Parts: sequence; C-alpha cells; structure tokens
Amino acid sequence: MTTADPDLSAALPVDPAVLEHLSARLAERAGQEQLLDVATRTVDSPVGPLLLAATERGLVRIAFEREGFDTVLETVATKVSPRILRAPARLDGAARELEEYFAGRRRGFDLPLDHALSRGFRLEVQEFLPSIGYGSTLSYGQVAAQVGNPRASRAVGTACATNPLPIVIPCHRVLRGDGSPGGYVGGTDAKTTLLTLERTA
Amino acid sequence: MREPFEQAVARHGPAVMRVCRAVLLDPADAEDAWSETFLSALRAWPELPASTNVEAWLVRVAQRRAIDVIRRRSRAPLPVESLPEWASTAGGPGADEGLWSEVAALPEKQRLAVAYHYLGGLPHAETAELTGSTPAAVRRAAADGVAALRRGLAGHPAPSRALSPEGADR
Repeated sequence: MTTADPDLSAALPVDPAVLEHLSARLAERAGQEQLLDVATRTVDSPVGPLLLAATERGLVRIAFEREGFDTVLETVATKVSPRILRAPARLDGAARELEEYFAGRRRGFDLPLDHALSRGFRLEVQEFLPSIGYGSTLSYGQVAAQVGNPRASRAVGTACATNPLPIVIPCHRVLRGDGSPGGYVGGTDAKTTLLTLERTA
Repeated sequence: MREPFEQAVARHGPAVMRVCRAVLLDPADAEDAWSETFLSALRAWPELPASTNVEAWLVRVAQRRAIDVIRRRSRAPLPVESLPEWASTAGGPGADEGLWSEVAALPEKQRLAVAYHYLGGLPHAETAELTGSTPAAVRRAAADGVAALRRGLAGHPAPSRALSPEGADR
C-alpha cells in the first residue's frame, strides 16, 4: 500500500483552525446521533494537565499526564468504546468543579460517575473512598477494615493505584500505616500537593 | 477497530481534507464532505477490522461522500442554509494557498488521479476503480498532474518544501 506524498501534501496547506472547528462540529453531530460514546477534554491544574473522559452516564476516567494520555485513551477504547471524540462542552461541569476544588472553594464533588473501568473488590474500595472527608486521611489498613476485610490492606493499595477517577475519588487520602504518603497514580508530589491543599484551604 | 476515534481524526484529518478539496475544489464543499466522511467513519468504527489501513479506508469513504456532495450541489445550487457560519480563510487575501490554484487548473482526470493517489495514498489500481479508468491511464494522469504541479511550485514565491522528483514516481 502506498501512502500520501509528503512533499506534495506540504505544498497544499490545510488550515488547522478549520480542522479544529470541523472536529468540534463533528463531536456535536456525533452527540446528536448517539454516536459519541466517550467525550474527552484536557484541563490544566496545579498537578499538571489532566485528561477527563465521560460517557453518557458520567465521568469515567481522570488521568495524569505521566500516565500518557494516548495510552489511557487506548484502554478506554478497549474497555468502554472506541467512539471517542474531543468534546470539551460535555465536560464543562467536571472542569468547573475541579477548578473550584483546586482553588480551595470546593470540598466534595457532585458529579455523576461511571464506574465501568472498575469491578469487584477494587470497585468496592473506590466506592468507599469518598466517605473519607476532605482534609482527613486513613491508612490502607484502616480502609481495609472499613470495607470489612481487615487483612486486605495490600488489595486496598492496588484499588487505590488503579483508581480510574483520582482526585474526584480521593485515593490520595489513603496513606501508609506510618503516615508517609505512599504511592500515587499521579506521582508522590501530586499526592502531597493535594493533601497540602486540603490541609490549608 | 480499537483505536480511539479522536486519534484517527487527528492523524488523518488533514489528508482527508486535501483529498476532499482536490476532488471538490470549493472549500465549503470540501468541509461538508470531510464532516460527512468522519461521521460515517465514526458510525462504522467499532466494527472495522483492526487490520484495516485506516487512511486508505477513510479516503474511500471520502470519495463516496464527495460524490454525494456533487449530487446535492447539482440538484440545489448554492443552498444558503448550508453555508458555513464561520469565515473561511481559504482563498482569502493573504492566506497561504500553496499550490491549490494549480490543482484547480489541472484537467479533471489528472486532478482526481493526483487526489486519490498522491494525496490519499491509494494505489493506481484502486484510483482507477474509483474514477472509472484504467491503472495505466491513472498512472499517466497522476504523473502528468504532478509534473504540472512541480512546474507551478517552481514559480511559487515561498514553498515550504520543494517537490522531489522521486515523489512523482512512487
């Protein structure tokens, strides 16, 4: 299979602004025709750029840049649907609440969530985490005990590490037994930033 | 296909737009065909086999959508409600138009052969099928078309890249 001629293509410019506009229109029409299964956008934050993805049911994935946005979307495509388009307007609500959270003006999230990327014990743990209040923390062992499986602190660690909705599902509020932060999907620095924000806001 | 569709739009959007514009010439028509192409593609996307050459497949979809646009255009010339609501900079004064006016000046056979083969990356045999021609005639038309464009490029003020002679024979 031959591919397009790069030299000839370079001599025939396509206005990127027009393509951007058309892509936005495409997402709009796809939404009207029930063809937009996953809407995405990125937002800036004190812990770096975040990728947000939502289905019709709600927010399904929040990703840190270090996870690799393309890799994250490939997983969403495989596990949810490959009908994924950038559609910032669909995520205005999530973007606004995150902005308020990072500004210290919001202590809890009021967003519909889609737990399609989690199941079993991990999902159980992730559903428990929002009950750890803003600014407070628990250890992995304490969370294990709270979900009725006191010897499962290692599995709690895995549930936190694989949390598809970090920040909104506050796995950053779960620390090691000795009070040190422990690992975090967004990196230890991001975890410290979030904990400091919640202590001082 | 398990590739996120938005990655396909980002990767192949420019090439599909070049094909649409080279086939239809009018920028607004090209934008319509581009939109219809990606909407059809999105509909078919989950069922598309993973081994598909996505760009070639999109170019074939674009060819059908371009024909739809031509049919619509001949039935209802200048439908006011389908005009884009933003100001297109295409063709405007000062816009870098590259070789687009040279493409528009090509005879239709050469223009379509250049569009599907050089801009869309389809083999001559497939271009022949899409344009109702023969592979040999398409090969000749594409070569003549590219030669004419290269002459145009020589007289063009500030080309971003020169057309290489090898580019014509691939």
